[in-house]
Amino acid sequence: MTATVKKVERVVPDLAMKAYVPAILEGLGVTTRHFVQNLGNLVSGRKKSKRGTEEIATIRYPDEKREYPPRYRGHHRLMRREDDQVRCVACFMCSTACPANCIYIEAGEHEDPTIEKFPVRFDIDHLVCIYCGMCEEACPCDAIRMDSGEHTKPKYSRTDQRVHLVDLLERGGPSIAKQGGRFS
Amino acid sequence: MTTLILYALLKIAGFVLGYVMLTATLLTWIERKQSALAQDRIGPARASIMGLRLGGLLHIPADAIKSFTKEDFIPDTPNPWLFKFAPVIAFIPAFVMFAVIPFGPGDLIISSASFGVLFILAVTGISVYGATLAGWASNSSLSLLGGLRAAAQMISYEVTMGLSLVGIFMVYEDVNLQNVVIRQGSNVLNWGIVTQPLAFFLFLAAVIAETKRGPFDVAEGESELVAGYFTEYSAMRFAMFMLGEFIAIVGVSAVLVTFFLGGWQVPGLEETGGWYTVLQVSAFALKTWFLCWLQLMIRWTLPRFRYDQIMHLGWRILLPLSLLNVLVTGIVLAIIHG
Repeated sequence: MTATVKKVERVVPDLAMKAYVPAILEGLGVTTRHFVQNLGNLVSGRKKSKRGTEEIATIRYPDEKREYPPRYRGHHRLMRREDDQVRCVACFMCSTACPANCIYIEAGEHEDPTIEKFPVRFDIDHLVCIYCGMCEEACPCDAIRMDSGEHTKPKYSRTDQRVHLVDLLERGGPSIAKQGGRFS
Repeated sequence: MTTLILYALLKIAGFVLGYVMLTATLLTWIERKQSALAQDRIGPARASIMGLRLGGLLHIPADAIKSFTKEDFIPDTPNPWLFKFAPVIAFIPAFVMFAVIPFGPGDLIISSASFGVLFILAVTGISVYGATLAGWASNSSLSLLGGLRAAAQMISYEVTMGLSLVGIFMVYEDVNLQNVVIRQGSNVLNWGIVTQPLAFFLFLAAVIAETKRGPFDVAEGESELVAGYFTEYSAMRFAMFMLGEFIAIVGVSAVLVTFFLGGWQVPGLEETGGWYTVLQVSAFALKTWFLCWLQLMIRWTLPRFRYDQIMHLGWRILLPLSLLNVLVTGIVLAIIHG
């Protein structure tokens, strides 16, 4: 098999290229255009130029933060029922699906006979979690979600990275999914 | 006599301390802000006093405080005295240059010496000593290379710089800068940039090389020499090198304005005195600011030349061109004057 050789045309500089000056002026034009545009935006307090594009991409990080995309898998949260109780029914689907085995659930019997079970403990070890989203997919009652839009923050100790039911519920909100489990 | 001395001191205070120092100090901020805007960044904006940021303008006092309070480190060198003195040598010539630059009509020039141009060439010539001595006294290979490069570059471009001005002397038949400005007159078509356009480009390239700024900043060359000749400098001595560089920018801008942009002349304004003088002095200030801006823009547009490219450009392109410029100017003048 012969190797395919691509011949690249060598650029022979003509007088205009060798004279530097036209290219320098062109480059100066580009930088000056950006300078004038950004200066105008800065003075008028506009963030976007007339073309609708944001010219300065810098985000002043501690003051303003970049928004995560809606499908970003971040910190877990547990959703709530209409009466603010946890939606989770402690079915262990998520901890079974979890490839990293980072979810620890302890089930307890609920007073309400229609609910049967609920988690007494629900711990997720964020140092073990690989943020794959399998728990979300496995959950049959839209209880665990990863759409909080925040990443796991650094902590001072390993045990602090183990988040408990309370933290998870704090981030949770009501879900519009119907809960009841009965086929109509 | 006393009034003369007082008047001279007033001119020095007003022009050198008032205008030049103010511009040079502002340039330390403008360079950062302008480069940021040209590259779609924000630039300095963090320094604040009680929430007041002024677009990063407060970085200037912040830098000053930092430079004064930082440790002044002196490396293990056999020439500590030279090491301490080098920033001063780099600082002073940039200042002295303004002595012969006319910033207004009549006696608005600090020293109306008849050898003005030669003085400027001489002073720019010794300004390289600061860089070279700093490189030598630092006792560091990087600094030494930076100093050597600065010296070699200076020698190469000084020839072009002097020769490109010869055309100006031939056209305006004087070496006193005030007379050069007066002979350029208020007619734009008689200014140096029109009568000597090639010399303008040659001189611009040469003075940018003289100030050791991009694209000719191999003497600093941070990609290979860390910071070149001032690698070992810290605190206020480092700040003096930087400030000297910015004063040199103002200086060469003022020289360019004087020779090629009609100095303090306002287009179409023949009279002087009273408010006309104020107008003309502001015209000089504005022209100089424009050229400072242009130099910063060039520095943030072009990538650094390679060292051999700089030598090639200096000796084999700019030098023959400047000689050609002198020759052509001579022939044209001989034809015109018969």
